[in-house]
Amino acid sequence: MAASTSPPVDFSAALVMAPTAPAEWLVILPVAWCLAIGALLVMLRRPIGLHPTIAVAGLVGLVVIDGLLLHQIVRHGPMTMMMGRWLPPFGIAFTADLMGALFALVAAIVALAAGIFSIADINDSGRRYGFYPLLMVLMAGVSGAFLTGDIFNLYVWFEVLLISSFGLLVLGSEREQIDASVKYGFLNLVATTLFLIATGYLYAVFGTLNMADIARKAEELRSIAPLMTLAGLYMLAFAMKAAAFPVNFWLPASYHTPRVVVSALFAGLLTKVGIYALIRVMVMLFPVEREELSFVLAIAGALTMFVGVFGALAQTDFRRLLGFLIISGIGSVFAGVAVGGPGGIGGAIFYSLHSMLVMTGLYFASGIAMRLGGSASIVTLSGLYRRNVGFAALTLMLCFAVSGLPPFSGFWPKVMLVKAALDIGAWWLAAALLIAGFLTTIATGRLFLLAYWRDGTTPAVNVAALPATTMAPLAALTLVALLIGLYPEPLLSAVQSAAAGLADPSAYEKSVFPGGRP
Amino acid sequence: MKSVIFRTVAPFLSSLMMLFSIFVLLRGHNEPGGGFIGGLIAVSALAIYGIANGVETVRRAILFHPMAIAGAGLLAATVAGLISLAAGVPFMTGLWIYPSALGVEIPLSTVMLFDTGVYLVVVGAISSVALSLEERGGE
Repeated sequence: MAASTSPPVDFSAALVMAPTAPAEWLVILPVAWCLAIGALLVMLRRPIGLHPTIAVAGLVGLVVIDGLLLHQIVRHGPMTMMMGRWLPPFGIAFTADLMGALFALVAAIVALAAGIFSIADINDSGRRYGFYPLLMVLMAGVSGAFLTGDIFNLYVWFEVLLISSFGLLVLGSEREQIDASVKYGFLNLVATTLFLIATGYLYAVFGTLNMADIARKAEELRSIAPLMTLAGLYMLAFAMKAAAFPVNFWLPASYHTPRVVVSALFAGLLTKVGIYALIRVMVMLFPVEREELSFVLAIAGALTMFVGVFGALAQTDFRRLLGFLIISGIGSVFAGVAVGGPGGIGGAIFYSLHSMLVMTGLYFASGIAMRLGGSASIVTLSGLYRRNVGFAALTLMLCFAVSGLPPFSGFWPKVMLVKAALDIGAWWLAAALLIAGFLTTIATGRLFLLAYWRDGTTPAVNVAALPATTMAPLAALTLVALLIGLYPEPLLSAVQSAAAGLADPSAYEKSVFPGGRP
Repeated sequence: MKSVIFRTVAPFLSSLMMLFSIFVLLRGHNEPGGGFIGGLIAVSALAIYGIANGVETVRRAILFHPMAIAGAGLLAATVAGLISLAAGVPFMTGLWIYPSALGVEIPLSTVMLFDTGVYLVVVGAISSVALSLEERGGE
């Protein structure tokens, strides 16, 4: 209201008075941008043919925004923008640090690849069902989760991406898809409910939801508050989200039913958001509790690795096999979180980023293989090598990358994790990592041998030449994996300083509270 | 529905409810009300009209597809947050202007634009559900 008669108000007690630099907008722009494009696509119902163009252009914009954000953060440290100008800890903070920006950038790259791949994979009816709006809203949720500095807001972004993922999962309304989304939806709702309960509990204990505020208050409250319970609840909730053993069952039950591009997106993004939240909460907010729980995390990690890789060895469906490989990778990340320190946490972040790129690429490969070979089962698929040598080579490279063989992106995080495990004397965890890596090589070798190398047992299906929009994303992701493997220095130092920023969040806190403790 | 009384009253009732929903939307800034509850009242109006005169009539009356209305609302809400870019203040900061028309000061704000966006999202999304359920029910 026009308050012309009220007494003068001291706005600085409630509002951020410092002017906002244009660069600070980069923190919120990924979310606002995706939401705006998504909304625009929902409005354009008739010109359905324009959807891919607008969405791909929007995703290119997102990659550029996230790249600029990462550039800013590498140069100037964490950045914060307070929503609606309200002072922290009461206003909602969007705080981007190195880990958040790295995850956001890789997620944007994966989404762009999926956006290009979808041009040939999503038909008109999929477009009319709203694939592209859902994709953009999913990216808004994912970017929001990576960039928010408020734990309740993190929950909200989890919900946003969960809702859009439901929409993507049932695209096509086939029987198996409905079945898969019921399992997926139910178990994920249980996880988000646990997350919400934990957050309510946390708010009762801390009286704040701002992550920087929680991190600095945890020190004083540790002796009197049940922080262990909180950390345990969060660990379980995020382990479910990340599909770690023994709460991994939703993933193999659902990832093989949707459109190929949708499973590729999910493989790259969904479990990694859980991993991100786990690292953020366990390492930055509850470091002492993480130390206490490290044995549980290590056991869960080792079991997840083996459940994943043995599952992959037993599967015959191409996409189910890949689903188990994702789970195995989640185990490696858990091992890194359990070990802790710059090596362990840095290795976990590195492994997640690598897994986002490589697993998305492998799901693309599964889609192309289905199209070339006319089957989803590696028992009936055969002779793909003869049919398309370039495609077979790309798949083989990705198989090497996911097994952790040099010179691909999977090698370096494995080295970091094994070294970190040996440094703290957890030789059994290092051995588990190495054996799981070896078994992954066998699993992917079996895949390659049966589906690609084996001579054709079925008559070749005559298919038209693969469109460039199908091969280009696969080739691009493989190239990125190869480049990271050949020249890992920038990413190695980035993940190490990201891990250091989590272990000592003083720069993060300073960006939220520039004036020090209020 | 066959009832003559209902079919006669429905247009008046719907237009009254529409008017009331906009009143509730605008009232919401400082008093109970707002975009969400206003949107629900508007959807109830559309639903009553649809039960009385058929879904096709409602679809023609609202001109746009319900989902397009929801999309416009989401876009309006996002734009309401982005306007503060021009003012050099953070995302979603409430900004006010006070133009006067016919000697009356009219306070306009980005908050109101945001709330209007919420109103449209609720109208679009819920009426989309309500209309398709009504269509199925009539078969």
